Amino acid sequence: MTALLKGDGLTLVRGGRLLFEGLDLALAPGNALHVTGSNGSGKSSLIRLVAGLLKPAAGRIERADAALADEGLALDRELPIRRSLAFWRGPYLADALTAFDLDRLDQVPVRLLSTGQAKRARLARVMASGAPLWLLDEPLNGLDSQGAEQLAAVISAHRDKGGAVLAASHLPLAGDWRTLELGR
Amino acid sequence: MIGALIAREVRRGLHGAAWLPVAFFLLVATIVPFAIGPDARLLARIGGGALWIAALTAALLPIERLIEPDRADGVLDQLALTGMAEEAIGAAKIIGHWLTFGPLLLIATVPASFLVGLDGAALGRSLIALAVGTPALAALAVAVAALTTGLPRAGSLAGLLLMPIAVPLVIFGAAATGDGESSALKLEAAAALLTVAGAPFVAGAAIRASRT
Repeated sequence: MTALLKGDGLTLVRGGRLLFEGLDLALAPGNALHVTGSNGSGKSSLIRLVAGLLKPAAGRIERADAALADEGLALDRELPIRRSLAFWRGPYLADALTAFDLDRLDQVPVRLLSTGQAKRARLARVMASGAPLWLLDEPLNGLDSQGAEQLAAVISAHRDKGGAVLAASHLPLAGDWRTLELGR
Repeated sequence: MIGALIAREVRRGLHGAAWLPVAFFLLVATIVPFAIGPDARLLARIGGGALWIAALTAALLPIERLIEPDRADGVLDQLALTGMAEEAIGAAKIIGHWLTFGPLLLIATVPASFLVGLDGAALGRSLIALAVGTPALAALAVAVAALTTGLPRAGSLAGLLLMPIAVPLVIFGAAATGDGESSALKLEAAAALLTVAGAPFVAGAAIRASRT
């Protein structure tokens, strides 16, 4: 099967500082890669690089369609959560709302969501998108144990369907992940 | 996605403060007779120019809400991940912004033109000149908003940037308001067309450059 993500010799410099050099990445369908490293080691930057939001100083990235969950909420605060998420045109929105236990909140305006509920909304957008490659930046931040279990279930279902996940987290992630430690 | 983004911009504009630039426009038009004095002939002569100054200052007001909130909240990043080009984002923002800015300003031009003492023919000319000019003002506002997004004191910087770029538009627009015989309207249309055509590319490049 063809790779969903392939990065060759990636080098990233930010603010005059070399974050990593000559990094190779490959994710095939069903793969999951957990990027670890200390604060400031470039985990989030690697996610943004793969998303195409940063340009590498050297190297090449090829990837399938991707969906990103990072610190940006990117939802209209005044709208109910379902309408706000619907702007992003995810074909699996209903499933995603159910999976993250948001369907009973779907008429609540986004501005009233708690930190953990807002995190679930970001993850629900990724799931709803139907994109084969998921890019998750600190997916466990703000989630309670139930939310973390829901995320693990959703990720494992996504991998079973032939999707791939690249997650940056300083916390251990449930399931079977390859790890990549930055800043070594 | 472009259609959805335009609809979102319109909805947010109307939900937010679409009336604010219009109220500001009317306020400036109201102040002109107080500042100039009650001489009706003098007022009628400078009235067209005064409307353009009012429209230009009104165009500055919404700049801070056009791009910066979406950059800070990650909306621009998520749009990029859907595969939408930054130039398309800029174009959609311009269309959405004009829809909540242009028509309201044109309606407000009717009372404003009486405040500055324009007669019926001059009102007609100023409506045409502003109808041609407001898309360019909206395009400039979005381009300047993208250029200053993420910078400290972006609001004041945006004013400094927008005013000089708008000079050709104001020259020809005010001339077209004052005199229907000259070719000022054609030149204004040319300046507006250039601005509207170029602004999405400026905004797109600025959005890309603002990513850190």
